[in-house]
Amino acid sequence: MVLVLEINKELRRSYALVERNFNLIKRYLGWEVVFMVYTVVNTLTIAFIGLSPDGSGQDKVLYLVVGALLWGFLSVLFHEVAESVQWERWEGTIEYSFMAPMRRLTYLGGVCLFAAAYGAIRTVIVMFAVVGIFNLDLSSANLLSGLIVLLLSSLSFIGVGLMAATLPLMSAEKGSQAAHILEAAILLVSGVYYDVSVLPAWMQNLSLISPATYTLRAARAALLRGASLHDIRSELLILLATGVILIPLGLLVFNRAELYAMRTGKLKRSG
Amino acid sequence: MSSALECHNARKVFYVKRERKNGSILSRLFARLIPKYKMVEAVDRLTFHVEPGEIFGILGPNGSGKSTLIRLISTLLLPDEGCITVFGHDVVKERFQVRKLINRVSVDAAFFKGLSAMENLSYTARLYDLDKGAWQDTAADILERLGLKTDKLHEPLEDLSRGMQQKIAVARALLTRPLLLLLDEPTTGLDPVSKKEVQDFVLEERALRGTTVVLTTHDMQEADRLCDRIAIIDYGRFVAMDTPGGLKSQVSPNGEDVTLEEVFFALTGKRLKDNGKPENGDVR
Repeated sequence: MVLVLEINKELRRSYALVERNFNLIKRYLGWEVVFMVYTVVNTLTIAFIGLSPDGSGQDKVLYLVVGALLWGFLSVLFHEVAESVQWERWEGTIEYSFMAPMRRLTYLGGVCLFAAAYGAIRTVIVMFAVVGIFNLDLSSANLLSGLIVLLLSSLSFIGVGLMAATLPLMSAEKGSQAAHILEAAILLVSGVYYDVSVLPAWMQNLSLISPATYTLRAARAALLRGASLHDIRSELLILLATGVILIPLGLLVFNRAELYAMRTGKLKRSG
Repeated sequence: MSSALECHNARKVFYVKRERKNGSILSRLFARLIPKYKMVEAVDRLTFHVEPGEIFGILGPNGSGKSTLIRLISTLLLPDEGCITVFGHDVVKERFQVRKLINRVSVDAAFFKGLSAMENLSYTARLYDLDKGAWQDTAADILERLGLKTDKLHEPLEDLSRGMQQKIAVARALLTRPLLLLLDEPTTGLDPVSKKEVQDFVLEERALRGTTVVLTTHDMQEADRLCDRIAIIDYGRFVAMDTPGGLKSQVSPNGEDVTLEEVFFALTGKRLKDNGKPENGDVR
């Protein structure tokens, strides 16, 4: 009972970050609409690449759309988690948020909750726009498998994001830059818009350590070929294992980085 | 009863990059032999205590170590040496407990400036898990006492004046009912009316709730008006610590009427301008 009350309390505290970030979206709604329109247009332009002049090539379109939608979701997730510290620093609120009597797990839980909700909302809007325009046939897709892939890949991306979030704690400006480079590297090697087999050998080796590679492979199998959970079990196990390892590791690294920032005086607005 | 704040031999050192000036090849080569970083004693083995309900002032120019000391007490910095406790809780080993007892107002009203005052206060209330009905009543009471108009509370903070933002920062800190309130130059840059309103509020809060206050400032009148005791800090060290009257009598044994400004000059050899910079420019 005490544990339930404690978890409830921590969830309420986590919600502080969700509410705060959605309030900020409301405040800058005009920009949010602009970004949304840009994302929809960007996804459409990628999807049109797959379409032949005679109107065939629906499979290619779906292949690209799955890549664009998944990358859209995962990159928002990664970006929101990885940039959480840097964002607080820019706003000047980092000291207030970090001196609140709140477990860091609760704080980061709130960041991840918002990132997942925000990413999901954006992805659903883009998906409806793209499916409507291309009249995509999803009758053979296994949506349950697709959803499970999305959930498990969220765990591993949260883990990677947590580790990337520590970078701005250690170096105010360079840390954020490094997080963007990491994101770009994942985009390059994971086969978002092409099969990883087209990559040079050394990049193919790198693709093996990117959780996005397994996410995209499993999601395409589920949505394009209707693969069952059993069919994609090896990818699901890899994603689960990556999440189970990376989230606690990310929290541990974050705590260490916070102590480093507290020792060196970097836990402050100007860095 | 234990002290509200005890600081024993607290020390904090930072390593800052040396400035390297352009010069001849020889001087640049020579510069490479000197270590890239130099050590700065931001807080140099400070020992003091603050009693519950006391308003303790720390007076010093910019760069003297005031804010570093506040950040050490706020659990945002780890001391290199020494020990700091807040109501008996160690700021390093019992950070979580200390954080429940303190809050802070800093020189810059650090908010999500795109959000309104109420949205920012709601964020604080959720972080501290305050009861929804109770925090709204408390906030309304504090904001009214600070003289803030309710119609401004739903406007983005970036549209409000600096004085109003700072008052909301005070309201945010007091919303959590801290036992120890850390005020880090809370009235710097405020107009005289807003400055007096914030000072009045601090005195009222202490009278009503017995809140202990640590106030850093370079405003001599403010220190004289608010503080029970004042420590003068320079280069991370306290050069004097006494009641305002005691400090004055230290430099005027004959009982002549002196101001804190004169006390400060006599003890540090520096005069402060309005922005906290010593007139001789001797700031680290």
